[in-house]
Amino acid sequence: MVVAADLNVAQNIGFGIIAAFMIAGAINVVRSSNVVHAALSLVAVMAGAAAQYLLLAAEFVAVTQVLVYIGAVMILFLFGVMLTRARVGRETDLNNRSWALGIPVALLMLGVMVYVLIDGFGDDHLEPAAQVSTAELSDSIFKPFLLPFWALSFVLLAAVIGAIVLARKD
Amino acid sequence: MFAEEAVHSAGWFLEHAWLIPLIPGVAFAVIILFGKSQVNGKRLLPWAGAEVGLASMVAALTIAIGAAYQWTQHIHGVEEAEPVIKTWTWWQSGGLRFGLGQHIDGLAVMMLLLVTFISTLVQIYSLEYVRGDRRYTHFFASLTLFSAGMLTMVLAENMVQLILGWEIMGLCSFLLIGHWWEEEANARAAVKAFLTVRVGDVGMLVGTAIMYGAAGTFSIRELHEWANDPTTGHTVLLWAAVALFIACIGKSGQFPLHTWLPDAMAGPTPVSSLLHSSTMVVAGVFLVARLYPVFHAGLLINVAGQSFNLIAVIGGITILIAAGLAFVQNDIKKVLAYSTVSQLGYMMMGLGVGAWVPAVFHIFTHAFFKCCLFLCAGSVAHTGSHHSFDMKKDMGGLARKMPVTFATWMVSTAALCGVPFFSGFFSKDEIIDSAGHFNYGVFMVVGLIGAFMTTAYMTRATYLTFFGEPRGAAAHFVHDDHHPVADDAHVAHVAHDTHDTHAAEPAHGKPLPFAPSDSPGLIVVPLLILGFLAVVSGYLNAAPFKIHKMEHWLESSIGLHIGEGGIPEPAAFKWVNAMPSILLVAAGFAVSLALCKQVFGKASSPLKGLTKRNPVLGAGHRFLVNKYYLDDLYEKVIVRGIAHPIAAAAYWTNQRVLDGIVNAVGIGGRKTGDWVYKNVDQRLVDGAVNGSGTVARGTGGVLQPVQSGKVSLYGALLFGSAAVGALVLVLVNS
Amino acid sequence: MLINEFLLLGAVLFCIGVYGVIARKNAVMVLMSIELILNSVNINLLAFSQLHNNLDGNVFALYIIAVAAAEVGVGLAMVLLIYRNRKSISLDELSEMKG
Repeated sequence: MVVAADLNVAQNIGFGIIAAFMIAGAINVVRSSNVVHAALSLVAVMAGAAAQYLLLAAEFVAVTQVLVYIGAVMILFLFGVMLTRARVGRETDLNNRSWALGIPVALLMLGVMVYVLIDGFGDDHLEPAAQVSTAELSDSIFKPFLLPFWALSFVLLAAVIGAIVLARKD
Repeated sequence: MFAEEAVHSAGWFLEHAWLIPLIPGVAFAVIILFGKSQVNGKRLLPWAGAEVGLASMVAALTIAIGAAYQWTQHIHGVEEAEPVIKTWTWWQSGGLRFGLGQHIDGLAVMMLLLVTFISTLVQIYSLEYVRGDRRYTHFFASLTLFSAGMLTMVLAENMVQLILGWEIMGLCSFLLIGHWWEEEANARAAVKAFLTVRVGDVGMLVGTAIMYGAAGTFSIRELHEWANDPTTGHTVLLWAAVALFIACIGKSGQFPLHTWLPDAMAGPTPVSSLLHSSTMVVAGVFLVARLYPVFHAGLLINVAGQSFNLIAVIGGITILIAAGLAFVQNDIKKVLAYSTVSQLGYMMMGLGVGAWVPAVFHIFTHAFFKCCLFLCAGSVAHTGSHHSFDMKKDMGGLARKMPVTFATWMVSTAALCGVPFFSGFFSKDEIIDSAGHFNYGVFMVVGLIGAFMTTAYMTRATYLTFFGEPRGAAAHFVHDDHHPVADDAHVAHVAHDTHDTHAAEPAHGKPLPFAPSDSPGLIVVPLLILGFLAVVSGYLNAAPFKIHKMEHWLESSIGLHIGEGGIPEPAAFKWVNAMPSILLVAAGFAVSLALCKQVFGKASSPLKGLTKRNPVLGAGHRFLVNKYYLDDLYEKVIVRGIAHPIAAAAYWTNQRVLDGIVNAVGIGGRKTGDWVYKNVDQRLVDGAVNGSGTVARGTGGVLQPVQSGKVSLYGALLFGSAAVGALVLVLVNS
Repeated sequence: MLINEFLLLGAVLFCIGVYGVIARKNAVMVLMSIELILNSVNINLLAFSQLHNNLDGNVFALYIIAVAAAEVGVGLAMVLLIYRNRKSISLDELSEMKG
């Protein structure tokens, strides 16, 4: 018998570990001098995200994350890195000249958001929810959110055609 | 329109006497505008305007005769005859009323009659005398305008109208004296006449202003009342009288402003006879007579114990100095001019001693015989002396050659000298007599001396002109010095272009082809008329025969009553009182005739050339010839002493002060402009403009890095602004 | 579990992504940073979805994943094109729009 509190504690610990993992990976993405290392760090971040989704009882989204993001998008990134002749190994200057500008902006933003979140959602607890059934999800997609679904399909079509048009060699 | 102030209708001519100056005035305009007009090549006016002038004078004369007759009727049986007054307001401004009108009383009627009559005769005379003149039409225009002006003055209802007429006369005098202005001497004489009289006119304006200020009126009748009012302050009357008298000194040629009258002889002889002997120069006397209450009260004439007053003194001095100057003149017109000045002195002296009626009567008689004398001189010059007025060079022995002229001359001279039973005796001797009776004994003596001198110089002039051997032109010789000099004779000669009967210019020194005969009819007839009047006119007020018609007609014009409190009653005539004067006349004649025979006669005599040999007599002679050096005093000392410094000061003011101010303004303006340009325009304005440009560029330059083209910066900007916006939102909502 | 844990995690990832967008010179790195941001948003959405017991968040997150995929495809195509023309994908050098 799993006590809610126990589950909670386990979830919290799990969340913490995965969160730390993710943040480290994210920092590596933006601070690494090796492009491939950055890309692989991003993979790690996304994997971590998928794990978080599971904690948030969104299995379908987690799986989709892994399939699409890690499986397709990151491969695309790696192809892009390859095709743009990124140097293998260390590169000295992956930061642009005014990289220092990013720090205050990010910090300011962080500050504001942290304050707002703590102030807004200080003590809201998440109920342990039942797992979302995929059937319900698909119902939701195909009934209330049908129109966005169709739009999305057009977007994907336009993206595919656009990418081909842009990248082909004449 | 016409305010009738007469109590009852006085008769058409009296009511409409204002037409008398109006008709010549209109005639003047017609002559000026149409005198030389031509229609289809033919002259519009066949006599070039002279007929218009003459007709207007005849018309005015007719109305004047009618008015005179009606006046004699008007005063019949009336104790105090009322003058016929009409006024017409031509300008009104804040209580100040300017009017034109007529103030017809005995004095005005007498003067109207006199002026129109003399003007008519002179115009008839001029038809012959100025025939062929270069400015014939303008001559008649000026002559007519003069008559209009004098007539306006004579019947003036108020001081402003009087001044108007006075000034018109001054203008015409200037125009007519300078009629032949091509000779510089004539132009100078005209200016001298005008300016000398102008000096006096200041007094007229001041006096009128004083009277207006004290009495509040310009009207002559009201001024009489004001002067007679016992509450009127004496000082005001004194100042007004003195100021007005200064104008009379100028206009009537009294000492010290008499210097213009002899020079005025530069004008044509008709002008001299009309303006400068009978009519214009008596305007001053007329003014005193018209405003007599002012003078009588102001100068305390006839006040018990007074034996001198300003008017009498000036008149007396004038008599003597003018008579003195008449002795040394070679020009016949100048003799007559000084004689006129002297006789004007008599009139002034008469008014000064309270002898109002004799003085005014003397105006009347003097006009006739003096005008006759001038016209005789003109006649002599016209036909006797070939346009020369020089008695010594060109006259002599003309008595036989020009009998009519000679006869009228003698008659008029007798009248002038005061020979008994001629008109002058009844007027001039009354003045002398009254001076004695009214306690002005000194002036009686002066008058007697004057009578002696008058006879003496007239005898000299007569002798030189009509007796002795003919000289020069009178002997039909043309002078060798035939060049235009400042000589009236030659001036008159030049005028007669077309009328001279000699066919060709005679050779110098040879006899002229014509012999002097008497003058043509148009000249002689006026002479005869005037000569007749020189005898007869005196009988209108002949004291020896107890005729007092003129006095009766005039006495209402005095403004004061005769008797106690006014002017004294004239004494009854006694032959014994007249004896001193008659004897002196005879003595003057005898002495002068003897001297003339000695000095100018053919036989050699110790008296000939005496003034050249004897230094004392020579100095005296020179003193007289130089007119007591008064002209030099006026022109060289006074005028130059005042005008030169004033001119220099004015020039200095102009150059330094005015030009300095103008230049300073200009320089200041330019300096200001420069400063403004440098500081305001360049620094401030341009600075602002440039500054704004610099600021814009600077701002642009500062802001340019934002548009770096770099995506990362845009991203930074985007997120940064989003963060700031979120911060603001949080802060606002918390 | 506090929802704030997830939200804060999302916030931190978001800010790191923002820093990456600003600081990185390589275009592909910038695109990766954008992916970070999108992922953080997804975490947020799913957290709220569980808070409100709503499926809308899940749906939204799915759509975001799809859109992100499309966007990365087109983006990389463009990067390739730029690389082909300029031989460099350094954003420092891509400043044609410099004003």
